Amino acid sequence: MNALSPILELADVATHFPVCEGALIERQVGLIKAVDGVSLRVAAGEVLGLVGESGCGKSTLARTILRLAPITRGRVVFEGEDLGNLTRRQLRAARTRMQMVFQDPYASLNPRMTVYDALAEPLRVHRIVPYAEVADRVSALMERVGLAARFAKKYPHEFSGGQRQRIAIARALALEPKLVIADEPVSALDVSVQAQILNLIAGLCRETGLTLILISHDLSVVHHLAHRIAVMYLGRIVELGPAERVFNRPAHPYTRALINAIPRPTPEHKRDRREILLRGDPPSPMNPPRGCAFHPRCPYASEVCKQSVPELMDVDEGRTAACVRLSDLPGYEDLPAE
Amino acid sequence: MPLLKVDDLRTYFHTREGVVRAVDGVSFQVEPGETLGIVGESGSGKSVTNLTLMGLVPMPPGRVESGTARFNGVDLLRCSRAEHRAIRGKRISMIFQDPMTALNPYMRVGRQIVEPLLIHERCSGKEARERAVRALETVGIQDAPRRLLDYPHQFSGGMRQRVMIAMALITRPQLLIADEPTTALDVTVQAQILELIKQIQSEMGMAVILVTHDLGVIAEVCDRVLVMYAGRIVEAATTRKLFQRPGHPYTRALMASLPAARKKGEALYSIKGMPPDLTQPINGCPFAPRCEVAVPRCQSAAIALREFREGHETACIREQEGELP
Repeated sequence: MNALSPILELADVATHFPVCEGALIERQVGLIKAVDGVSLRVAAGEVLGLVGESGCGKSTLARTILRLAPITRGRVVFEGEDLGNLTRRQLRAARTRMQMVFQDPYASLNPRMTVYDALAEPLRVHRIVPYAEVADRVSALMERVGLAARFAKKYPHEFSGGQRQRIAIARALALEPKLVIADEPVSALDVSVQAQILNLIAGLCRETGLTLILISHDLSVVHHLAHRIAVMYLGRIVELGPAERVFNRPAHPYTRALINAIPRPTPEHKRDRREILLRGDPPSPMNPPRGCAFHPRCPYASEVCKQSVPELMDVDEGRTAACVRLSDLPGYEDLPAE
Repeated sequence: MPLLKVDDLRTYFHTREGVVRAVDGVSFQVEPGETLGIVGESGSGKSVTNLTLMGLVPMPPGRVESGTARFNGVDLLRCSRAEHRAIRGKRISMIFQDPMTALNPYMRVGRQIVEPLLIHERCSGKEARERAVRALETVGIQDAPRRLLDYPHQFSGGMRQRVMIAMALITRPQLLIADEPTTALDVTVQAQILELIKQIQSEMGMAVILVTHDLGVIAEVCDRVLVMYAGRIVEAATTRKLFQRPGHPYTRALMASLPAARKKGEALYSIKGMPPDLTQPINGCPFAPRCEVAVPRCQSAAIALREFREGHETACIREQEGELP
């Protein structure tokens, strides 16, 4: 994957939100560092999984990439263009090449627009096809996501959750984007429907060479689809590497805890008692702990962890993790060597 | 003697679109101290079953058409309101999926936690407060005396769920009904909450009905499992037996659709078609139209839950007759 040229490159990207108080005279009382120094390269055609607990900044990062949230620091380069420097007109043109699919298809579709209208709108706005061909394009799109064209005149409420998510995916694909960011696309769906949508997404990526950033809190979903997984904690990437290895041989203590916490559908499976059960919740991004943000919950934390924020370091081929005690952790020798 | 014995429960909703048979002939029992899991997809009737037991189904449009639910000899479906009130919140408690909507945002959590005590046990305010502090400590909330004065929004999602559990357990109920208690939580917090429920259960010896759509959660905490589909129980087994060899094609399909069931990148199994429309009468097995091993008689035969091997019941007639591998 890395051999291909990157379609998206993030260099030390940060998104901070000021917290203000006061009715008449507003003053800033704090700063939420939702994303704080993320560097990442996504290759064309790659499926990158982004995981982490709620509040870790994964959705904000997605929004920052699309410039739906401000870029406080760093650069987002998409197909050679620095998105931070674009004028509104240029940004609008760039956004046709990147699209987003949201978690809740009930909320992301306009209830008063038929499927046809919802799918035709982007085509008309961006003048993708001549007016006469819009109808054909819409039926082609519906077919591609597995919806019969005869449903075109129906409204979102007439569809089930899974079908609505198909509509949302069709709309994201309408402009033939290079990059799609899917934010928890299956978490609102039942297991059997989830399987259908995951198969659909996998097929689309395979057939069209789409680049996908898949955000999910469900590691088994991400592991199934993604080539690489990035694990976020409190606005930073703590581990990044090939999906298979991150999932089966996690290096960073946080990734280990996260994977250990997944309930397995096998009653014989026994957890490693020492590693699981992270105490408490993730700390507030407004007031992150000193040093490694994970140290208050980390079973392996020592004095060094409180000193400085760890940088991503190479673990093995193509994988990095941000932990200073990596080589002291149990099982480190078992991690695949370079 | 079972703690709770439900027989032929039917809860229908009478709507303009027709009669929705949300729960259609459900029978099961809960032994003291055991954890019973109920698993199923949305619309399978797992929540309505429990809401009926708690008397929380809005009537109308809901109506209990038939059935009994004996809890310590009292029929929950037919007892007087006063009798029900004496049981609900005292001997049976319930916790819900979304602790933000289940807690009153205008009330300090301390007052909400002691409410069941003041109602059911007539204890003094001072004693109630002490017990509330202990309850919060049991569920792992630090600095309990001070946190009693906080409002729900001052707690995180996992902490709110702990407050709910503290509230549900303060009267030391014999049965806790937990309806998707961890669905809204992160996996790490989910693991903490499940561990907490297990630990408190073994200390207090109460029974738990755990409703979930997550087979992983079932495997982790339950002794026995009911699988529901279209308002009926299609399979009932001990957890070990169910995961060793599921006894209903629906359960098998459900397990096969999990991403963990396939090798990475392989297409996931997906159940074809959609769950049946519950306003229409169903002939034979409700899963037959989507089932890969269905035969014509599945659509006509009488379907009932039968034991086909020890500790394992199924509603699949082909399984009962040993026709499936």
